Amino acid sequence: MKKTIRTIGLALTLTAGLTGGAVADTIKVGVIAPFSGPFAIWGKQFQEAIKVYVAQHGNKAGEHTVEFIYKDSGGPKPDVAKSLAQELLIKDRVDYLAGFTFTPNALAVAPLINKAKKPAIIFNAATSMITTKSDYFARTGFTLWQVSVPMANWAWDQGIKTVVTAVSDYAPGRDAQNAFKVAFEKKGGKVIDAMQMALSTADFAPFMQQIKDKSPDAVFGFLPVGPPTFAFVKAYNENGLKDAGIKFLGTGETDETGLQALGDGAIGLTTAYHYSATHDSALNKEFTAKVSEMFPGSVTNLASVGAYDGTHLIYKMIEAAGADGAKAMEIAKGLAWESPRGPVSIDVTTRHITQNVYIRRVEKNDAGVLINKEFETVEAVPDLGLAK
Amino acid sequence: MSIIFNILIDGISYGMILFMIAVGLSVTMGLMKVINLAHGGFALLGGAFTHWLTVQAELSFLPAVAIAILGVVIIAILMEFSLFRRIYEFGELEQVLATIGIAFLIIASVNYWLGSTLLAIKFPEYLSGSINLGFRTLPVHRVFVILIGIVVVVALYILIERTRFGVNLRAAVDNRDMAASLGIDTARIYAITFGLGAGLAAFGGILGAELLPIEAYYPLRYMVLFLIVVAVGGMGSILGSFLAAISLGILDTAARYLMPDFSTIIFFSAMMLIFIIRPHGLLGKS
Repeated sequence: MKKTIRTIGLALTLTAGLTGGAVADTIKVGVIAPFSGPFAIWGKQFQEAIKVYVAQHGNKAGEHTVEFIYKDSGGPKPDVAKSLAQELLIKDRVDYLAGFTFTPNALAVAPLINKAKKPAIIFNAATSMITTKSDYFARTGFTLWQVSVPMANWAWDQGIKTVVTAVSDYAPGRDAQNAFKVAFEKKGGKVIDAMQMALSTADFAPFMQQIKDKSPDAVFGFLPVGPPTFAFVKAYNENGLKDAGIKFLGTGETDETGLQALGDGAIGLTTAYHYSATHDSALNKEFTAKVSEMFPGSVTNLASVGAYDGTHLIYKMIEAAGADGAKAMEIAKGLAWESPRGPVSIDVTTRHITQNVYIRRVEKNDAGVLINKEFETVEAVPDLGLAK
Repeated sequence: MSIIFNILIDGISYGMILFMIAVGLSVTMGLMKVINLAHGGFALLGGAFTHWLTVQAELSFLPAVAIAILGVVIIAILMEFSLFRRIYEFGELEQVLATIGIAFLIIASVNYWLGSTLLAIKFPEYLSGSINLGFRTLPVHRVFVILIGIVVVVALYILIERTRFGVNLRAAVDNRDMAASLGIDTARIYAITFGLGAGLAAFGGILGAELLPIEAYYPLRYMVLFLIVVAVGGMGSILGSFLAAISLGILDTAARYLMPDFSTIIFFSAMMLIFIIRPHGLLGKS
């Protein structure tokens, strides 16, 4: 008798345990990003933002426990990204993928998430068409069209009539160049020359000299953050373009992680971008304060805010849909929230983030630190790249 | 007309920066005949030390450069005693593998110490800004590099061709056993020369940082550039490296002025052409 009762008791406990397990389960998120090599800063910024989000909001999304698994993709390596995604989906049984710094890496996982019906949230990879390759993609970063078009419009409104564009000769560079040219010429402006500079260029003096000889009102540049941007900005100052009154227009060149290295020569550079670490809002102050508290010496940049909002989106999707990928995507569409960069929402058709784009100028604050000071806002800008 | 002047001025100043970052390799790989792929590592260390000293410790530029170079020379000589001394004996492929391994070690150490972002060097006021040449401006920093480059090439020429040390070094490289049996302390000469090469690498890394900024992956990012200068110049010839750097600088700059879309192709085609005509480089001895 006693034994029977015990057995029934045990059975009950087990059943309770099982049903409880089905509700209060653990949902895994696989983050694919570069954590080693020349692009390791991306993985670091992503991971810190995710950890800050978890520290602020706990590891529970609704009744599900959220767990992050990090995988190192190195640089732009689609084959590596694909096999990591495969491993995460099959071996680790993740229900969400996230991260993705480079366009080819994101594109490589499209067939996998289509088949597995699992959402992948892109924190950065910025080519417009990525989200058209799978219904399971959503993006919380930006696209080059999204920031280059407002830059062109703003330049025209400032009375800038002629521009030379100078971009690194690779897909994002050409994207930025096209976006700027289309928008600027639509307004009636003139792009005198469109230069494409080899990615390996170390000395930009010849380009600067040629731009100076053409004496446009402004130069619009796009180069990868790091050595090329550094040398480009140096050459802009040293060859006297600033003194000749040729304005510098850019987008992500003044990224917070590389800004101090540019030195005082960066002061006055005008850029259009979706996030500045000094964006004036309570939420951003809370975010940046938490980042520097948890990771002393770290700054927030586009990668941080992309990952922070991406994590928020994943939490909302898990909360409402759990592991059901198709349902989770429906939740994501049209979702709006307040981000450290300002009000944002996920576009229903493109699944790309709609956000404010800010016109900023590099200034030195009271502590002698270079900052991107926002002074004008273009509200609720969608992708713009697919509607071209 | 002004375009020719522009090409010459930008070309020579770019070429001089190429020379400064490659001259250390011209010493270790050219003179000592060690395939030293760790060259960029020493340049990176020099730049990283100078970054730390000028930005974090707020030391002024000249003492910071002196300390940084001295630091690199000490590290290099310690590595010579412990590692490179064995590497000299290796075959060519083993030298490549061993020295690239050392480059990776240096990259990982700097990455761990200072992270993977740009490590800016704070140049003093008198090296910033530009001089007006009338028809255009030229950054003061580049004028400074041109002057230093001339000093370095003359000093090295005198050291190697006109001093006792230079004679001993050339003897030791040509036939080590014979030189040793004549009473030359070849081990000491190798250690000093290796230290000199590393010191020049550090100096070049620092001076070139306005153009090729210092960051943890510096040794790999610019490895091809260093090797091109030394190979085109001809192994063992400092003057050859100098000529190669200046002519490659002018060629690259001319291509960027005249045919920007083809500049990379022109650069490498010219290099191939030189090797077809002179397989041992401009001033190399076969």
